[in-house]
Amino acid sequence: MGEVVVLEIVRDHIHRLADHGKRIDGRGFDEVRPISIEKGLIGTAEGSARVKLGKTDVLVGVKVDIGEPFSDRPKDGVLLTGAELKPMASPEFEPGPPRPNAIELARVVDRGIRESKMFALEKLCIDPGKKVWMVFVDVQVIDFDGNLFDASSMAALAALTTTTVNASKFDQGEDFPLPIDHYPASCTIVKIGDVLMVDPSLQEEQVANARLTVSMDEASNIRAMQKGFKGAFTYDELMECMKKVQVITKDIRKKVLG
Amino acid sequence: MRRNLNYGFLLGGMNMDEKKLINEKNIRLDGRKLGELRPIKIEAGVLNRADGSAYIEWGGNKVLAAVYGPIEAKPRHIQNPTKAIIDCRYNMAAFSVGERKRPGPGRRSIEISKVMSEALEYVVFTEKFPRAKIDVYIEVLQASAGTRCAGLTAASVALADAGIPMIDLLPACAVGKVEGQVVLDLDKEEDNFGEADIPLSVVPRTNEIVLLQMDGQLTIKEFEKCMEMGMNACKDIYELQKAALKERYAVFTEE
Repeated sequence: MGEVVVLEIVRDHIHRLADHGKRIDGRGFDEVRPISIEKGLIGTAEGSARVKLGKTDVLVGVKVDIGEPFSDRPKDGVLLTGAELKPMASPEFEPGPPRPNAIELARVVDRGIRESKMFALEKLCIDPGKKVWMVFVDVQVIDFDGNLFDASSMAALAALTTTTVNASKFDQGEDFPLPIDHYPASCTIVKIGDVLMVDPSLQEEQVANARLTVSMDEASNIRAMQKGFKGAFTYDELMECMKKVQVITKDIRKKVLG
Repeated sequence: MRRNLNYGFLLGGMNMDEKKLINEKNIRLDGRKLGELRPIKIEAGVLNRADGSAYIEWGGNKVLAAVYGPIEAKPRHIQNPTKAIIDCRYNMAAFSVGERKRPGPGRRSIEISKVMSEALEYVVFTEKFPRAKIDVYIEVLQASAGTRCAGLTAASVALADAGIPMIDLLPACAVGKVEGQVVLDLDKEEDNFGEADIPLSVVPRTNEIVLLQMDGQLTIKEFEKCMEMGMNACKDIYELQKAALKERYAVFTEE
């Protein structure tokens, strides 16, 4: 009950600020929190990146292995994305198998990579029907202050673009960089009252009516989308979101690849 | 387009290059126009024990929805002192697809259940039932693309059948891009080989969008077109939902 009351007070406060064109941490509505990126910090992973988005802190590690392709796609490599919300990242996270929030996070990050055709899975075939490269993207949330979707997508982009396929370890010739074709970036927008805010912090997420995450490629094509939370968007709001996403994903891409 | 791993079993060894999904007259493989829905049949109140239920046949989809509640949410720590929780469980039967699906909730089902619960919560007056829980079970018996939309469409009819107060029913449908054209209500082959797929759900009374997902590739212009087509289609589906409820509850008296 106590937490519910506090949340109601925060909700009122954030709504009132929004009416005056302000956000609780002083940002503009279209302003993303400071981003810092560290690449290749995990020696045991084939690619890795740690992204800090404000106080949200996410680590993505990429492991590459050889395995069997799926029977319906015998010539394609395999991409598998997982996400874990570890208890260390927030008092709300509990140990145990992934819950719906973690699963949604993994699937949204996965769709951004997969649907943008970031790397062509058919280039990861070794022996059709028998042997392909399997790329495992694992998201580890270290500190949670909202907007895990974007932080994780950024970390995945940074990690995958610096991934080296360890072919020599498997007697498959020389190591080679994962062949990247596209550069997806995602942008999450929440609706609070009638206001659209980019890159929500935890407090903003907790009081938001609705959330929209959109992934775009470098040509500003929409590649994946996920609406979340219990509220609704109008058609006009959706189109306004698309305009914002177009601008912001360009910025994010530049920062991550930079 | 998509290679959602859980979807692998839906592929029937088709060769994409040989087949055209839309002909030069803009007619699709199953004879539909670009903006045409598959045949939809909805029936309300089909189960005995459930508080509310509905059955939907939508193209090759056969989906049952059942509602239990509102009842006290248990264990107590999951209760919300200000409103009811809606717990929607989407499930595909093992025999609902070409190759047997392993029973139990996979990652795909869990995600779909989550977005459906969120959508339904918007239309139900949850604040009328503090500390309560409303269970919505969606069982896909036969799947042929668009199961989450069929399921959600049936779910809101089942909620109405259970007498649960709502802002409105919730029609849902998919729009997408196939061979460069915006099309409504993708069937299985279009879903597998199309370029984009957007499931969406609209509150008819307010035109607000409460469910929206997308994968594939679309320009912003194409997305606008998709939304217009999808939102219009939802209005047609809404009429079918209302008709199903009238069919179940209308009482004809002789003058």
